[in-house]
Amino acid sequence: MTRLQTAFSKPHPAFVAFITAGDGDTAANLDALAAGGADVIELGMPFTDPMADGPAIQSANLRSLGAGTTTVDVLQIATDFRARHPDIPLILMGYANPMIRRGPEWFADAASKAGVDGVICVDIPPEEDQALGPALRAASIAPIRLATPTTDAARLPQVLEGSGGFLYYVSVAGITGKQQAATASIESAVAALKAATDLPVAVGFGVRTPEQAAAIAAVADGVVVGSALVELVGEYGLEAPAKLQELTTAMVSAIKEAKNSARA
Amino acid sequence: MNDIPLNSGPNSYRTQPDERGHFGDFGGRYVAETLMPLILDLEREYRAAQADPAFTAQFDDLLEHYVGRPSPLYFAERLTEELGGAQVWFKRDELNHTGAHKINNCIGQILLAMRMGKTRIIAETGAGQHGVATATVCARFGLPCVIYMGAEDVKRQSPNVFRMKLLGAEVVPVTSGGATLKDAMNEGLRDWVANVHDTFYIIGTAAGPHPYPEMVRNFQSVIGTEARAQMLDRVGRLPDLLVACIGGGSNALGLFHPFLDDADVKMLGVEAAGHGLDGDEHAASLLGGAPGVLHGNKTYLLQDEDGQITEGHSISAGLDYPGIGPEHAWLKESGRVEYTAVTDDEALEGFQLLCRTEGIIPALEPSHALAAVAERAKAMSEDQIILMNLCGRGDKDIFTVAEKLGVEM
Ligand SMILES: Cc1ncc(COP(=O)(O)O)c(C=O)c1O
Repeated sequence: MTRLQTAFSKPHPAFVAFITAGDGDTAANLDALAAGGADVIELGMPFTDPMADGPAIQSANLRSLGAGTTTVDVLQIATDFRARHPDIPLILMGYANPMIRRGPEWFADAASKAGVDGVICVDIPPEEDQALGPALRAASIAPIRLATPTTDAARLPQVLEGSGGFLYYVSVAGITGKQQAATASIESAVAALKAATDLPVAVGFGVRTPEQAAAIAAVADGVVVGSALVELVGEYGLEAPAKLQELTTAMVSAIKEAKNSARA
Repeated sequence: MNDIPLNSGPNSYRTQPDERGHFGDFGGRYVAETLMPLILDLEREYRAAQADPAFTAQFDDLLEHYVGRPSPLYFAERLTEELGGAQVWFKRDELNHTGAHKINNCIGQILLAMRMGKTRIIAETGAGQHGVATATVCARFGLPCVIYMGAEDVKRQSPNVFRMKLLGAEVVPVTSGGATLKDAMNEGLRDWVANVHDTFYIIGTAAGPHPYPEMVRNFQSVIGTEARAQMLDRVGRLPDLLVACIGGGSNALGLFHPFLDDADVKMLGVEAAGHGLDGDEHAASLLGGAPGVLHGNKTYLLQDEDGQITEGHSISAGLDYPGIGPEHAWLKESGRVEYTAVTDDEALEGFQLLCRTEGIIPALEPSHALAAVAERAKAMSEDQIILMNLCGRGDKDIFTVAEKLGVEM
């Protein structure tokens, strides 16, 4: 089993935590997510033009770039994380241009050597898969795709074709950040996705509180939280790890309880 | 807009993009999944509109009676004398309603928006010309309109901000990133992704995800189609050289595209060299950038070795976008069009030259093209013809020029 498969085979839905690489003390932030019980970690690659992100993650990108973070730094952060945490799946998430700048093969190879399990590229839809997908698959890195409320049934097979790891359901049509996920509609959306794929389905965008995480955990295989964590890094800087661990712990226990009550 | 290529054989330059929106290796649809179904829908609707004579008739009617087309083809006699070489002719799109070519595209896109039942319009703007043109068509058709504009540009282009407000637009200053045009475009995309059900995004240049580059080019091709017919009518032959300035590339493609298969017509695209191509302070994506992906398409970009986008600089706020339409990237690589760059100072000279010799105050964007024309004309013979797209008038720029010339207003 791959690390991702193991993470999604636990008795409870996976808690997927996102932070931006190069923002604050990233190694300490990642360790805090691990200590809090995160099942999967998404490491954001900073980009000057994060057009699918809201203010919180935009600011994190700019803080990271302002601190001089390079692609090599991001890969080093991943390499070091892998050495400290051999079992937690690590995913790089970001935009196309930094990923393909030196060629897709260079990136896939470097990510593979750094122990990366999957890549989410926000602005490469299945129509443009050739820009990165073949290189990732050749390097045994899962190309993780996004499905959204605008992805209709006719289009879904195309989204699933060539994807791997898990399917990331973006619960709101919009950017990352403060919107509330419409929990009622998520259940039917996830059911439709699960009918079309064997991949686990994780749900994200707009999940901020343990209560919201619990509600999603009752219907999905994973819960993704980004902006709420990234805001803690922005607010607390080098003091962020304790806060990140606290929120992660709360999210994870809410998710475990939700699953138990859903089963009971 | 439905002109038929004269010799669209296998070697035609006029058959791009392919059905996936690719111009060779460039273009495409590099957007988030949320936007993808919408982009596909837009393409279907655009194809249907293209095939609908009523759509074309309404477009043509508005261009004639609202925009003031066809724009004149003008022989610049005194400028030609002063330069002492090739004859210089202008396609006078600066005489259009709102003062630039931008309105041609806005008319086309708002008709499409209404056809699609969209009830809210958004746009990005740099210099404010596209913002003004968008606000204008929104007022004309009674649709609410939000214009995203970098906070820096809001300061630099205050007359256009006021114009947009007079026309009823809401102008949103964008403070993220470098607070200029690319950040305004990011914000436009963020708005769109959150309001896909009712909102139409009127992109202002021949860039963005497919079908925008093709669609904007086709709406702007009225420039070249008219000019080609006017030239044949007035001089009985085609020009030897076409010249146009390039920000995102829409006015240049509008002029060039109808001539692309006329093998004897050379073409020159003029980018903004700012303080010079040797430094970082320019906006020449083709001459000083590298291929990459931004704002929905693969094209030449100003970027560092990690693929981070760098800020363009130009005296002209309409040229300082760090990318360029993907068709230009392809035309460059195919060798069909030549590209050069002109500095801020050279553009200022071109600006003053036209004021002095022809009594026309040009925008700073086509002043770049003028500087290139001045150089080329001298090296050509008197029986040769240069046709330049005079794509905007300079009212909006007089404050910038006064400051550069050290004049207090
Ligand atoms: C008068 C004028 N010319 C040219 C441009 C550059 O755009 P494009 O290259 O798409 O024609 C602008 C953009 O604002 C403009 O206002």
